[in-house]
Amino acid sequence: MSGVITVPEIGTTDRGQFTVVPARHPWRWVAGTAVAAVVILLLVSAVSNPRFGWDKVALYFRDVAIVNGIGITLFLTVVCMALGVGLGVLLAVMQLSANPVVKASASAYVTIFRGTPVLVQLLFWFNLSALYPEITFGIPGVSLDANQTITPLAAAILGLGLNEAAYMSEIVRAGIQSIDQGQGEAAGALGMSRIQTLTRVILPQAMRVIIPPTGNEFIGMLKMTSLVSVLAVPELLYSAQIIYSKNLQVVPLLLVASIWYIIVTTVFTVGQGSLERHFARGTSRSVPPTAAERLRKFFRVHSTHGSGKGGQS
Amino acid sequence: MTIELTESRSAPEALTLVRAEGVRKSFGDNEVLKGIDLHVQSGEVVCLIGASGSGKSTFLRCVNHLEKIDGGLLWVGDRAVGYRIKGDKLHEQSHNEICADRTDIGMVFQHFNLFPHMTVLENLMEAPLRVLKQRKVDVRRRALDLLEKVGLSEKADAYPRHLSGGQQQRVAIARALCMQPKLMLFDEPTSALDPELVGEVLRVMKDLARTGMTMIVVTHEMGFARDVADRVVFMHGGRIIEEGAAPEVIGNPQHERTKAFLSAVL
Repeated sequence: MSGVITVPEIGTTDRGQFTVVPARHPWRWVAGTAVAAVVILLLVSAVSNPRFGWDKVALYFRDVAIVNGIGITLFLTVVCMALGVGLGVLLAVMQLSANPVVKASASAYVTIFRGTPVLVQLLFWFNLSALYPEITFGIPGVSLDANQTITPLAAAILGLGLNEAAYMSEIVRAGIQSIDQGQGEAAGALGMSRIQTLTRVILPQAMRVIIPPTGNEFIGMLKMTSLVSVLAVPELLYSAQIIYSKNLQVVPLLLVASIWYIIVTTVFTVGQGSLERHFARGTSRSVPPTAAERLRKFFRVHSTHGSGKGGQS
Repeated sequence: MTIELTESRSAPEALTLVRAEGVRKSFGDNEVLKGIDLHVQSGEVVCLIGASGSGKSTFLRCVNHLEKIDGGLLWVGDRAVGYRIKGDKLHEQSHNEICADRTDIGMVFQHFNLFPHMTVLENLMEAPLRVLKQRKVDVRRRALDLLEKVGLSEKADAYPRHLSGGQQQRVAIARALCMQPKLMLFDEPTSALDPELVGEVLRVMKDLARTGMTMIVVTHEMGFARDVADRVVFMHGGRIIEEGAAPEVIGNPQHERTKAFLSAVL
C-alpha cells in the first residue's frame, strides 16, 4: 500500500470551517454512576436503620462533656505537636551534627521511639512511678513525687509528644537535606553563622518539604489522642465512652465522636493548604488545588455541552 | 596535619592583599593543590585559568575558607586564613572567627546560589543586617544603589526565580558587594549562563574592576581575561604553571601545557 502522501494545498483549508467536537469520556460517567449508586445505598441504609440512633446523636452532639472532650483533644494535639516539632528540629540538627556522640544519641532516640508502639509508650509513662518513685533529675534538692507529677494528662503529653518528636525529626532531616549545598555555602561566604544559616536560609526553604507531612502528622496526632482514653484522660473519645457506659447508647456516641473528629480534621486540612501556599512563595512548584478548584475543573472538563475550552490539564 | 611554615611568618606588606605560600589541599588521597604560591596586590584583577580539575576553583574556595587548607599558609590582608597565629603556634580558628573574616571577602558562585525564598532586595540586605548589624535605612539605600549599578533597580521586589540567569548572577554580585568587601572572588561566574547572557555579567564585572576592586576570577572567558585582568595565572594539575600580564600569557604562552590549553579554548 505504498502511495504518495498528499497534503491539502495551502489555502484550501481553514480551521474556521470546522466545528471542534470535544472528546467524550463515557466510561467515566459509567464508573461515576456505579459508585454513586453504592454511596446512595449506604446512605439510605444509614438513615433507615433506627439502630444508628440519629436522634441520640443530635441529642448528645453538643453535650457539655463532649465539648469539653474536644477541648482536651485539641489541647493535647497542639501541645504534643509543639513538643514534637521543637524536639524534632533539635533531633534533626543533632542527627546532622559532626559530633559522633550527639549523632548516635539522636539516632538511638529515633530508633527507640519509632520502634515501639505508642500505646506501650503511653502505658510506660503512666507507670513511671513504678520505675522512679521519686524524680530528682539528678539535681540535689529536687524531689518530685512521681505519682503526683505524672498525672494521666502529663503521661499523655509525654507519651504522644516524645513519640511524635522521633517522627518529626525524620521529616525535618529530610527537609534540611533536600536543600542545595550551595545555599549553605552562599550564606557562609556572606559571614552568616551556622545558626543564622539554619534559621534564615535552610529551614525557611526546607519548610516547603516539611509542611505537607507535618500537616499529616498533625491530623494523625489529633486522632492518635484517642489512644489516651486508656489512661482515663477525658478527651473526646473517653468523654463519649463515659456517657455510653451509663446509657448504653454505644453506636450513637461513637458517631458523635467520629463526626467531631471529621469536622476538626477537615478544618485543619483547609488550614494546611493555605500554609503550603504560603511557604511555596518564590518557587515554581505548583501547590495542590483546593477542593473547590478541583470540583470546578472536573465539571469544566466533563460537562456534556462543554465548549472544548477546558481541555486537558 | 603538617603545616609548612615558610620563611616569612610576619604579616605581608600592606599592598599585598592575598598571599598564598605553598598552599596544599587534598580530598582524601587526591592532592588537588600541590603548593600554590601567589600574590595578589590590592586593586589587582587576577584571572585563574586552566582545565577542569586543575585546582583553580578549589584554590579560590580556600581563600575564604570554604575549603580548609592542609599545608602552607594563606594570607588575606594581615589575617592568616583559618588560623590565629600566637608565638610559634597556629591555632585553628573558631567558626565565629572564620565568619568574621569572611565578611571582608565577597564570593560569586557558578550557580548564583541566591536565596530563593527572599526577594532580590532581601537577598542583598540579609547579611549586612544580620551579620554586620548595620542600620536598615543605610543598608537599604546601599542595596538599592547597587541594584541600580547592576541595572536591576526595577527587580528589587522580584523573587530570584523570576529572573534570567544573567540577572540572577548580577544580583549575586550586588549581594556580595553589599557587604562592602575588600576582595571579590568569582568562581566561574558565567559558566552556567546561556551564551547571550554572558555579556551582561562580564560588563558588570568590568565596571567593578574599574572601581579598583581587588578581584580573583576563575573563568573560561579568555576575552574577559585579556581585556580586564592585570594578570593571568594558568594552573594545571594543582600547580601554577605560568603567570604574567594578560596579553603575554594569552597571546604568547611559553609553557607547552598553556599553549595546548589556549589552543583548545580559543
